[in-house]
Amino acid sequence: MHGALQEVENVCSTLLRKKLVYNRSDEVGIVLFGTKETCNDLAKEIGGYKHVVVKHDIKVVEEGTKDALQNLPRGTAPGDFLDAIVVGLDMLIKRFGNTKGKHRLCLITDSQHPLRDPPEGTKEDQVDTIAEQMKKHDIKMDCIVFRESGVQHNSVMDENDQLLYHFRDRSVAKVVQVDTPTSLLGALKTRIVLPVTIFRGDLEVSSNLKIKVWVYKKTSEEKFPTLKKYSDQAPPSDKFASHEVKVDFEYKSILEPDTVVPPDQRIKGYLYGPQVVPISSAEWEAVKFKPEKGVKLLGFADRSSIPRHYFMKDVNSFVPEPGNKKATVAVSAIARAMQEMNKVAILRCVWRQGQGNVAFGVLTPNISSVNNVPDSFFFNILPFSEDIREFQFRSFSSLPSSSQPTEEQQEAADSLVKMLDLAPPGREEILRPDFTPNPMLEMVFYSKNNNLGLLYSVSHTMLVSVNDCFPILKWKQFPGLPVNMILVKSFSNH
Amino acid sequence: MDLDPEGIFRDDSDEDDDNLHEREANKEMVVYLIDASPKMFTPATTAQSDEKQETHFHTIVNCITQSLKTQIIGRSHDEVSICFFNTKEKKNLQDLAGVYVYNVTEREPLDRPDARLIKEFSCIEDSFMNNIGSRYGITSGSRENTLYNALWVAQALLRKGSVKTVVKRILIFTNEDDPFGGITGAAKTDMIRTTIQRAKDAQDLGLSIELLPLSRPDEDFNMSLFYADLIGLEGDDIVQYVPSAGDKLEDMTNQLRKRMMKKRKVKTLAFAITNDVCIEACSDYLSVLCSFTKCCCDLSINYLLLFVGAITWLDSISNLPLKAERSFICNDTGALLQNPQKRFQLYNDKVVKFSVRELSDVKRVASHHLRLLGFKPLDCLKDYHNLRPSTFIYPSDEQVFGSTRVFVALHSSMLRLGRFALAFYGTPTRPQLVALVAQEEVISSGGQNEPPGMHMIYLPYSDDVRYPEEVHLTSGDAPRGTDEQIKKASNLLRRTELKNFSVHDFANPALQKHYGILEALALGEDEMPDIKDETLPDEEGMARPGIVKAIEEFKASVFGENYDQEEAEAAASKAGASKKRKAITDAASQKSAAYDWADLADTGKLKEMTVMDLKSYLTAHGLPVSGKKEAIISRILTHLGK
Repeated sequence: MHGALQEVENVCSTLLRKKLVYNRSDEVGIVLFGTKETCNDLAKEIGGYKHVVVKHDIKVVEEGTKDALQNLPRGTAPGDFLDAIVVGLDMLIKRFGNTKGKHRLCLITDSQHPLRDPPEGTKEDQVDTIAEQMKKHDIKMDCIVFRESGVQHNSVMDENDQLLYHFRDRSVAKVVQVDTPTSLLGALKTRIVLPVTIFRGDLEVSSNLKIKVWVYKKTSEEKFPTLKKYSDQAPPSDKFASHEVKVDFEYKSILEPDTVVPPDQRIKGYLYGPQVVPISSAEWEAVKFKPEKGVKLLGFADRSSIPRHYFMKDVNSFVPEPGNKKATVAVSAIARAMQEMNKVAILRCVWRQGQGNVAFGVLTPNISSVNNVPDSFFFNILPFSEDIREFQFRSFSSLPSSSQPTEEQQEAADSLVKMLDLAPPGREEILRPDFTPNPMLEMVFYSKNNNLGLLYSVSHTMLVSVNDCFPILKWKQFPGLPVNMILVKSFSNH
Repeated sequence: MDLDPEGIFRDDSDEDDDNLHEREANKEMVVYLIDASPKMFTPATTAQSDEKQETHFHTIVNCITQSLKTQIIGRSHDEVSICFFNTKEKKNLQDLAGVYVYNVTEREPLDRPDARLIKEFSCIEDSFMNNIGSRYGITSGSRENTLYNALWVAQALLRKGSVKTVVKRILIFTNEDDPFGGITGAAKTDMIRTTIQRAKDAQDLGLSIELLPLSRPDEDFNMSLFYADLIGLEGDDIVQYVPSAGDKLEDMTNQLRKRMMKKRKVKTLAFAITNDVCIEACSDYLSVLCSFTKCCCDLSINYLLLFVGAITWLDSISNLPLKAERSFICNDTGALLQNPQKRFQLYNDKVVKFSVRELSDVKRVASHHLRLLGFKPLDCLKDYHNLRPSTFIYPSDEQVFGSTRVFVALHSSMLRLGRFALAFYGTPTRPQLVALVAQEEVISSGGQNEPPGMHMIYLPYSDDVRYPEEVHLTSGDAPRGTDEQIKKASNLLRRTELKNFSVHDFANPALQKHYGILEALALGEDEMPDIKDETLPDEEGMARPGIVKAIEEFKASVFGENYDQEEAEAAASKAGASKKRKAITDAASQKSAAYDWADLADTGKLKEMTVMDLKSYLTAHGLPVSGKKEAIISRILTHLGK
């Protein structure tokens, strides 16, 4: 694990920086395990729990929290993650009891060392007891298992993984395996978004068959933080100045540029080509398109009739209504039938009453690979006929021979495609979107930390550490060294 | 660096991406030159006796009307002019014979299309013969050259606007492949020479001349007779131009429509396959593949989501547009500011300031091009790896010679090996990981359905992916459909299959209705159009016995036999809940009736009562029970009218 500790420091610091911007009142504690020393409440109170150090008690985040992450000691003892989980759990329960709020444990481990045998029962029993406690206090856990590629699996690792999956099966934990620092940063959810349904109701297969579903966003673009306009008008002595700028819109008549037209004297003009058609909102309300709320099935179609590039927007997820067994089974049966027959479903959705348009899209099955996660659907928006522009391009076969590759060149291209394989067998997929963080968002947090306000003088050393986390940025710093080199190097070693 | 300082400070709303929105500068001016000779009015299909014969003229009018309608929705700033040649009447500024510039009132000859133009042009056939008339323009014995005249008029119409900012096009619609076939001798060669010279002059001025040939049933349109020279085609290019046989008029309409749309290149960008300082292992292949490491591609947008709703604010009295003015006011002092140049963000409760320059540095993670990272099997591209419409990539040899060759080689390798390319696309507003998926050309009788090239699919980052399916976990395994249930579901799927599904068949009902209403209002019609919503399911079809049976079987197998009954009971128990509520209200009104509220209020004794007692009055009268004691008392007083 020592090799990755530097990365862990970076990753956790990023997490804290984000909290300083978005979630100022969050509280964070840090526990190290596998250390030489022992320092935790449980060890003091009841003994045992060796080699677990509470580096930082649970406190509201502050600049100092990050210091606790600097120069993490390289421990000498084998890390026992079960002990660490118990210590962390104990801290959370002591600190918060049953108070409301989101409480989570985040475990980062290589899970390579044998765990201490419990005084009684098996390790599984121990996991059950811990999971019981977590459930009781509504605490969730994220486990990130970091193993560099090429590490040989052994029985200890397998046993440890099984224990972690046991946590998952008890629905208290999520387990991901990563093998590069970039993925490590991507796997650690730095900003938790509370999922909100965009629709709860019936998926109407026909007027006679309705399945209760909830619809969530599956992907949603995380935006660059919106910065506020800065006003320097406040006197420097004013400590409580907000420095904010208010923006006012005023509508003025063209004929009399000095008079402001009040809102009730304004009317909307819709553009039709060069013409402007004035309509009051009451009139418009009377004639406009008003679809009824509801999600209706048009039918099923062959998957091949909807090419991948027709997907238009961010993706939604249709999950069966929680707690509704019959809906869960119905979704599962249909999803699995779709998967088997290679079919997709075409839907027309109006999420809310009063919505001015309909969403037209395609439902694809999402068969769950984890036992306690129900089967669900993904929903992608399709284009309407107006949205499609059918441009014609010259077919490649009719290109002049000067633009056609020779046989030798074609072979070279084949080899190139084979060689630059990002999903080689026996390895985790490289640069998987699910584990690849947005470099731009990360840059903001690095630079802000480095020099409050003086962003473009970000020191070189800092950038280098950014680059360590982001191989794809490396070539920016060193134009002579393309990222491909890094990737390809790793291929040539194997 | 091609960063516009304006763009950097824009909030990252959907509008900001320069990819997705064509700039105003990309405006287009088109002159439709339509051959109106009698040949265009002969039946376009081989005689099938009693059916009404459609003419090429009719096809063209339909195409142009459709295209005008789409234009008004999607690209209303483009300007068009419709011009017939080989007509009896003449109407043009140059007063040339046989050329008629069609127009409606309150409109310049070359202008943005409006409601009236579309309306009147769509029914032009009824009055064409009477008002404009048709004749053969180029005949032996006359010195007239209507084609020459038409080009001249079109060129004059396109005089306005600079070629730098405006795309200018002349589209010729004709079914006559040999316009000078009727004459012979020196007169013919002379006419051909001058006409071609005319076209060349126009092309030198930056106008593009395109031909949309229509094949006659008995003979194919022969490009090499005349038109290849006119538009400057050589060798292989001619083959491209020849339309497929005109036996299906519908297909021809489709082809015309597609060809009428001008491809708009969003940008050309370098696709860096590897850098110059190449890896040894790789360089062997590359030196074979190409002598350089870059390939250039054109991006074009094949999908653009259209939304309802460009509006301006008008003065409700004069109906004149209003001008919006923005002012910035300092929140602390109230002083009026000039456009503030700095932005800030609270970090650890401290103000962190950014200047434009600094921000652009943050956002400029990458220079503006595509960088290949590697290849993955197609099944790594999941259904939820999507954020926005894809972009289309086609190679371009304009900047780097040989790009096409590299692109074609990679394209066919990717297709054969079932791989997509992962690349990093460094736009300044949002550098993004993209998947490049090779698209094979798909051709049907209606022409090209899918052009060859690559689709650029924008992938989410880990920050963008959520896991909603893991939110509500229960301990124990989630129930799954049994084999029997899956079998029933498969049967249902088979029954309700949409045959030959194509997204092209579905118009956006909101957009159609919106523009339908606007068109009616713009033309001053009273009747509001009735738009058919094509996205509604086929209720009738669903009621077919086979489907109903499949649904019933699936329902019985998944939900159990008595599902409807259970549902009804559940609904009834909800009604039970409302009974309970009613009981509470009754109790409250009984309790409330025990007091003489008016008297209590008058004597000011309400303050002495408990909140519970006060609330009984509110519950009994259906008022909100929230708030502090004072709020409750004041609510009671208001209700009593005191």
